Amino acid sequence: MSRLSEHLKRLEAESIEIIREVAAEFEKPVMLYSIGKDSGVMLHLARKAFYPSRPPFPLLHVDTLWKFRAMIEHRDRIAADYGFDLLVHTNPEGVERGINPIASGSSLHTQVMKTEALKQALDKYGFDAAFGGARRDEEKSRAKERVFSFRSAGHVWDPRNQRPELWRLYNTRISKGESIRVFPLSNWTELDIWEYTAAEEIPIVPLYLAAPRPVVFRDGMLIMRDDDRMPLLEGEVEEVRMVRFRSLGCYPLSAAVESDASSLEQIIAELKGSTTSERQGRLIDSDEAASMEKKKREGYF
Amino acid sequence: MADGSAASASKGLLRFLTCGSVDDGKSTLIGRLLYEAKQIYEDQLATLERDSKKHGTTGEEIDFALLVDGLEAERQQGITIDVAYRFFSSANRSFIVADTPGHEQYTRNMATGASNSDASVILIDARKGVLPQTKRHSFICSMFGIRHVIVAVNKMDMMNFNQRVFDEIVAEYLAFAAELGFESITPIPLSARYGDNVFERSARTTWYTGPTLIEQLESIDAEASLEEQPFRLHVQWVNRPDQSFRGYSGTVASGRVKPGDLLAVAASGKKSKVKRLVTFDGDLAVASAGDAVTVELEDEIDIMRGDILAEAQARPEVIDQFAAQVLWMGEQALFPGRPYLMKIGARYLPAQVTELKHKIDVNTLEHLAGKSLSLNEIGECNLSVAAPVAIDPFVENPHTGAFILIDRFTNGTVGAGVVLHGLRRATNIHFQELSVDRAARERLSGHRAGVLWFTGLSGAGKSTIANIVERELHQRGVRSYLLDGDNVRHGLNRDLGFTDADRVENIRRVGEVAKLMVDSGTLVLASFISPFRAERQMVRELFGEGDFLEIFVDVPLDTAIERDPKGLYAKAKRGEIKNFTGLDSPYEPPQKAELRLDTGALSPEEAARSVIAELERRGLI
Repeated sequence: MSRLSEHLKRLEAESIEIIREVAAEFEKPVMLYSIGKDSGVMLHLARKAFYPSRPPFPLLHVDTLWKFRAMIEHRDRIAADYGFDLLVHTNPEGVERGINPIASGSSLHTQVMKTEALKQALDKYGFDAAFGGARRDEEKSRAKERVFSFRSAGHVWDPRNQRPELWRLYNTRISKGESIRVFPLSNWTELDIWEYTAAEEIPIVPLYLAAPRPVVFRDGMLIMRDDDRMPLLEGEVEEVRMVRFRSLGCYPLSAAVESDASSLEQIIAELKGSTTSERQGRLIDSDEAASMEKKKREGYF
Repeated sequence: MADGSAASASKGLLRFLTCGSVDDGKSTLIGRLLYEAKQIYEDQLATLERDSKKHGTTGEEIDFALLVDGLEAERQQGITIDVAYRFFSSANRSFIVADTPGHEQYTRNMATGASNSDASVILIDARKGVLPQTKRHSFICSMFGIRHVIVAVNKMDMMNFNQRVFDEIVAEYLAFAAELGFESITPIPLSARYGDNVFERSARTTWYTGPTLIEQLESIDAEASLEEQPFRLHVQWVNRPDQSFRGYSGTVASGRVKPGDLLAVAASGKKSKVKRLVTFDGDLAVASAGDAVTVELEDEIDIMRGDILAEAQARPEVIDQFAAQVLWMGEQALFPGRPYLMKIGARYLPAQVTELKHKIDVNTLEHLAGKSLSLNEIGECNLSVAAPVAIDPFVENPHTGAFILIDRFTNGTVGAGVVLHGLRRATNIHFQELSVDRAARERLSGHRAGVLWFTGLSGAGKSTIANIVERELHQRGVRSYLLDGDNVRHGLNRDLGFTDADRVENIRRVGEVAKLMVDSGTLVLASFISPFRAERQMVRELFGEGDFLEIFVDVPLDTAIERDPKGLYAKAKRGEIKNFTGLDSPYEPPQKAELRLDTGALSPEEAARSVIAELERRGLI
């Protein structure tokens, strides 16, 4: 118990309070599980929040069919080990249209296979609250978002008209068809996530740790070919380098960084000396400065 | 910086906000702090340089404000609209800073930042001195319990770092803030744009001997004395995995608790001892303010979400009326008597302001008379809630002394309040148990009592139809009474005008009168324009299910204007009557009226017949 710093203990307690509030107030909550490090922490906090009961909501993974294979293995193992109900949803229309990150481009792929797919899944099951693992330190428009973020009936976020959020008195009231996105990790930083993951020994996808992996250098990014659906372009050569990932998503859209950090301790040390942000490796963000806000308004997490 | 980082590390996290008037340089200061704290990554700096050229206000130099103004609209307009949270660490401490907007219209977003902060950096532009927003934000900081204030006199570079400028601003500020009760006020001369006295002591202010901004932020004592207050825990969730375990999950709001302690449920007064403090990581020997735990008690007593577990010897007051300061954040004004939903602790309950004692002029701190609170106004009010709640004065315990008010139709958060003290009035007036009750009177009358509430535009035909209905009821031997808007205004409500506030009070009084009459066994017909949904809902809630029938006398505005039986529309159009419903005051049509009468199509007699038919169908007559 004392292995957590005062700072992490505060963050943990605050997040648990948020998670409990949702379970108590909403009829049908769901926890978005993206398999990444933030999701791992969020899941762990959910188990703590309700112990000795089980968390009273299922997990939802929106599968774009382009996640790293190691992520899918990790997802299935965690759900089974922890005894969570796991729902997996893929946008069937996207599959039919053959949308993919290579031929369709990152922005269409993200729109159809992530944003649209998420909205489909939320509507299909009638969830009125959805937990997401987003943090305010990730990106500028996230820094502006409330912990309880109101969405109108079409899942639309209106950043100019957010409910004031005072003290810890979260306003959970909604009308039929409306919903709330809840971000229990709002006040955590990337460093907090790693220090907590290390202290609590939370399982992570091995891709976060450095290892020799086959990568290609494309558009200034190191991309790992996780399967042969991603053809090599002319002049590209696959080479093995010592790399790891700071952020995981669809493999053709997630850039690796060269690193020797093969343990959590080394990751933390590396992060303390880092000069680039974690979303730097996310190809979907670099379109324009306000791109995240735009995606979020349309319903992206 | 080398001195004892181990000692300062124990200071933990500090949450603070930056506030002050627009263009005082709040966002620039935060950008500067992040930059100096090496919290800006290379890729972010590259984006910033690109954005600075596109939207920046600093020419060729980097515009640090663009780092924090994250919304598209903010960058385009060069202003801060919503609060942003940023994270940085110095050698000795980590910080979460809330950058809050300076415009008065976004005060509610500033309040959001203030409610979650331990300290406040109030910026003042050295060229402009203390402004109304400086005072407004200082007042809100004080109201929301912030104890430590840093007055950052910014843009000193534009005043040649002149000491006299600084001294004069500080003297003016201290004179104003003397009444606000801050524990510490630390003025610092600085330039956010060039970094003077932010992280580095400035060579241009040799006359200044106080701390730099970061030194002061590192030294503030954030730990409120909540651990020393009596134990309180809001039950968030009843934890029942199976028959063998029943626990109460919540975060310790104040004080400490350990197994064996005697606790009381604040509302019911039932007591039990703590058996275990359960967590995922094992049972705790002691839990204190801020810990999220699950409490198991020795005895099975009735406890629900929203209850407060408290130290049995030091319980909060349990009361249904109290005095509070309220900051209004709704686009529609607050009116005494209008029903809202209050969230306090883990509980929602209907509430209303019974009296607006006075408004507060944030510039002079003077008390002003008023009948309503508009957006961004602050007032001292008496509130009444539908059931007794456990409260502490906010200054003693912010977790049991703060509340929000929610609009019952839009579900928006429209008010934030801090409890001043409980009002003992209601507890001393006990309801008289009466032996002849409504049911007995209804038996004597031979019909049920209830209210037919006719609402609609002036000239819709409400009173005409109500009159025909009452004649028919009278012939059938039904005890009835017609309350008419015009007549009531000649007597009971003679003191009321036609402002929104007075309209609300008009309807509240009529509702109460109707309630007494229904209790006497009478079938009441009420004919009132009653333009606002909220008040009709308020009246509806005075009555039991099935006792209140809302009858919407519906007519197109044009038809009503054409009829104009009393010549009122004509007068209003000439400007002789202000706030006339349908013209310069809104009418909110009912969404779920029990009956709608389209008087464009029905004659008054036909309309009255459908009312009678509805009463028969419902078994009222």
